[in-house]
Amino acid sequence: MSDALLQVRNLRKSFGGLTAVDDVSLEVRRGEVVGLLGDNGAGKSTLIKCVSGVYQPDAGEIVFDGATMTFTTPMDARRHGIETIYQDLALANNLDVGANIFLGREVKKRWLGGLVHTLDDRRMAQQSRVTLDSLQIRFPTLTQPIETLSGGQRQAVAIARAVYWDAKLMIMDEPTNNLGVPEQHKVLELIRTLRDRGVPVVLITHVLPDAFAVTDRVVVMHRGRKVAEKVTAQTNTEELVQYMVGARDDDVAA
Amino acid sequence: MTVRGSIVAPAGAHGPGEGSSLKRLALFLSRMWAWLFLAVMVLFFVVAVPLSTGGSVNFLTIRNSQNILVAIVPVLLLGLGQTFVLIAAGIDLSVGWVMSLASVLSALALRDAFNSGAPLPVAVLAGLAAALAGAGVVGFLNGWIIAKLKVPAFIVTLGSSFIVRGVAYLMSENSTVIGLPAGLGAYGNDALIYYISGPGGGVYFLHRPEVGGELLRRMEIILPYPVLATAFVLALIMFLLHKTQFGRHTYAIGGSMDASVRSGIPVDRHVIKVYMLSAATAGVAGFLSTLRFTAGSAVIGDSLLLSSIAAVIIGGVSMFGGAGTVIGTVIGALIIAVLTTGLVMLNVDAFWQFIVVGTVVIVAVLIDQSRDLIIGRQRRGAAQ
Repeated sequence: MSDALLQVRNLRKSFGGLTAVDDVSLEVRRGEVVGLLGDNGAGKSTLIKCVSGVYQPDAGEIVFDGATMTFTTPMDARRHGIETIYQDLALANNLDVGANIFLGREVKKRWLGGLVHTLDDRRMAQQSRVTLDSLQIRFPTLTQPIETLSGGQRQAVAIARAVYWDAKLMIMDEPTNNLGVPEQHKVLELIRTLRDRGVPVVLITHVLPDAFAVTDRVVVMHRGRKVAEKVTAQTNTEELVQYMVGARDDDVAA
Repeated sequence: MTVRGSIVAPAGAHGPGEGSSLKRLALFLSRMWAWLFLAVMVLFFVVAVPLSTGGSVNFLTIRNSQNILVAIVPVLLLGLGQTFVLIAAGIDLSVGWVMSLASVLSALALRDAFNSGAPLPVAVLAGLAAALAGAGVVGFLNGWIIAKLKVPAFIVTLGSSFIVRGVAYLMSENSTVIGLPAGLGAYGNDALIYYISGPGGGVYFLHRPEVGGELLRRMEIILPYPVLATAFVLALIMFLLHKTQFGRHTYAIGGSMDASVRSGIPVDRHVIKVYMLSAATAGVAGFLSTLRFTAGSAVIGDSLLLSSIAAVIIGGVSMFGGAGTVIGTVIGALIIAVLTTGLVMLNVDAFWQFIVVGTVVIVAVLIDQSRDLIIGRQRRGAAQ
């Protein structure tokens, strides 16, 4: 219990008359992968956007790394170590791997006593290489624009960027969408690698095989409420589907 | 459990590193075509010009090369700023008229400073300051409206081009500012090197030799000051785009506005700076034209907007943003200048140059698009 990195307590978020997230609590511990499941409109994305600073919750508390947080912007959440990788990845496809990993935080060389700064591309490429190696990601070349890379490889670049900048918690929104089957496996493999390095991952998905492949626990949402929380090894597809479609509800039972 | 090299490269298959040697050749040609085209064109004129004139005129002479360099100055300067703007996925339609405004402002400031007793070099600096300040204000307003009020760049700079044109006319009182100090022409026309071939000749640096008649006719003027000033701006721009964080962020903003915002790049401020830079290079062009003609002109940049955009496009800068190089723009400007000069020397009707330049622009973009086809990449813009 004490090693919870993220605690969300009684979080509530409404848009006009619609309560998108209704009194949801959940916990992410160090070294685990938590699946956040639910059908479209279940409130997964809204919940996650509250945690990552895109939205401000109407009520409830977010405790991260032992401190109560109020994130006002996504940059704010990132600075504290919460890295969210959305489906569009937020990469600049015309730049190479190193430039993307260091985008907005470029390494510079100083000349003439700090009067002139130039980009230290060699240093950035070398640091990128080290990070990619540590994640067992191999690219044929780091100097091509990443638009020549596949979807899975770009996903890997986004993950490497988060790792390099010391993400403490990784939130991934449907990372296997639009990928071929072999690439899906590679991304799931990366999620395991992250967990083994001590970076917990929140995996938002509605693909149950993915959830069973990598998660330790799953939280199921339905119409804004948390309807179930299960240890992955102690549940099955049928049960989870029932929760997802609203046929079962632990919240009411409790 | 560990899969070594787990994210290896299906993409390598359609990366540019592989494929048949024929494909690689096609890719190489599509990248280098502008250089090749320039070389072929020069060769053509080297052969054709003497043939058509019975050997009395040659294309590749010192004099002609200097003529081309002088002719290239305004187009290149406007193109350099435009390169930044296009890479950042914008467009600046006001540059030609910003150049005119800068020419008028610099002439007025220079004349006033000189008439109130400032020495000529100081007056010239006052002219430069006025040109840059005037251009800078226009660039700032362009960028501010585009970045903060989210009005499309095409609209904003179209509007400001009219406004700037009107202001330039009003300030110049009938389009031309005259009465500039007589010594001014030296700044705009003197050169680093003078070379007189044959008997009684020699090489002179930094000052124009006092000769006349036959010697004057044989005198070559090498590297005039405006060309040197343009080379200096060119070096600065190259450094800025390819070596600094400012340049990197310009590419990032053009490649993905969304990624740039989320990476914490101060996008609005950056966009404003890009339009100020574009206006500033136009300002330098206006200032140099004032020096060259010893007069300010509210119409000097009228015809230059489209030539400068053509140079940038021929040079391979993407209209969708995110791609292009400074050296490409230089090649593009050279192609236009060589074409124009060569056709004139062949006694081809001047209107043909428009037809040829226009064709080259369209072919340039076709070649750039075919490159995407060769390496199997989805076209930007089509993909988004």
